[in-house]
Amino acid sequence: MSSGRINWYKYAAPANFYPLAGKMIPWFALLTALLFIVGLYVGFFVAPTDFQQGEAYRIIFIHVPAAWMGMFLYVLMAIYAGIGWAFNARLASMMATAISTTGAIFTFISLVTGSLWGRPAWGVWWVWDARLTSTLILMFLYIGFISLQSSIDDPRRADRAGAVLALVGLINVPIIYFSVQWWNSLHQGATITAKSFKMAPSMLASMLILLAACWMYSIAVVLVRVRYIIREREHEAPWLAEAVALS
Amino acid sequence: MNWSKFFSMGGYALYVWGSYGVTFVLLGGEVLMLLKRKRDLAKRESSPGA
Repeated sequence: MSSGRINWYKYAAPANFYPLAGKMIPWFALLTALLFIVGLYVGFFVAPTDFQQGEAYRIIFIHVPAAWMGMFLYVLMAIYAGIGWAFNARLASMMATAISTTGAIFTFISLVTGSLWGRPAWGVWWVWDARLTSTLILMFLYIGFISLQSSIDDPRRADRAGAVLALVGLINVPIIYFSVQWWNSLHQGATITAKSFKMAPSMLASMLILLAACWMYSIAVVLVRVRYIIREREHEAPWLAEAVALS
Repeated sequence: MNWSKFFSMGGYALYVWGSYGVTFVLLGGEVLMLLKRKRDLAKRESSPGA
């Protein structure tokens, strides 16, 4: 008991995870609000006008975090789906399902904001370029995962089918990431690499703060959603009525 | 601070505000969807035989 270590396996059981997640949600929601306010303030009132792209470049403060979230959340979803399948861990599968909607939303935001940036920057809303096309495929993978799962009535069978799709689709993530290096692209290359970043510190700060805001937002909504999935799927479990009444 | 200059975004108002508008409408929509799911769940849990 007093070893000072958290028994993580304990929280793999929905009965223990449910109340813990409930306690964490308000904190993530608060951090989301604070980080969005600070990030937008820095992005619009501190970061200078870009000498090449004028004010239109301010779209990147949300476009880049949304695009990253679309990819991060896909990888996370595939890992959870894989764990749920390989170890027959139902909470991990429920996490994958909970993540899929949020990942799809961020991918959609990255496509729309990218289009709204492409129009003034390139003169076109859309091009069939490697970066854009592979991101569109990511969107279809999310839609495929969500519709496949909702088309199967038995939850554990839906989990397994989703896991196969999510893991096969994982190959698309490095393709998106490296597409601007592998193919000639209209899309600009990486602004931030391990060695350098080609932007003013305040621009980078806004982007990273909004990325943190998107993470906090994602954690909050995924925890809310996974709790609802637990309640829907395990409505016969005796612990649940008490846990719902307490929260 | 010149607010009309700020809102015009150097002529890119549609693109810049459109981007942030779409983002917050979609994220807000997700939160509303979750609130609806919560209400539906509470309704189902309170009705017997659900």
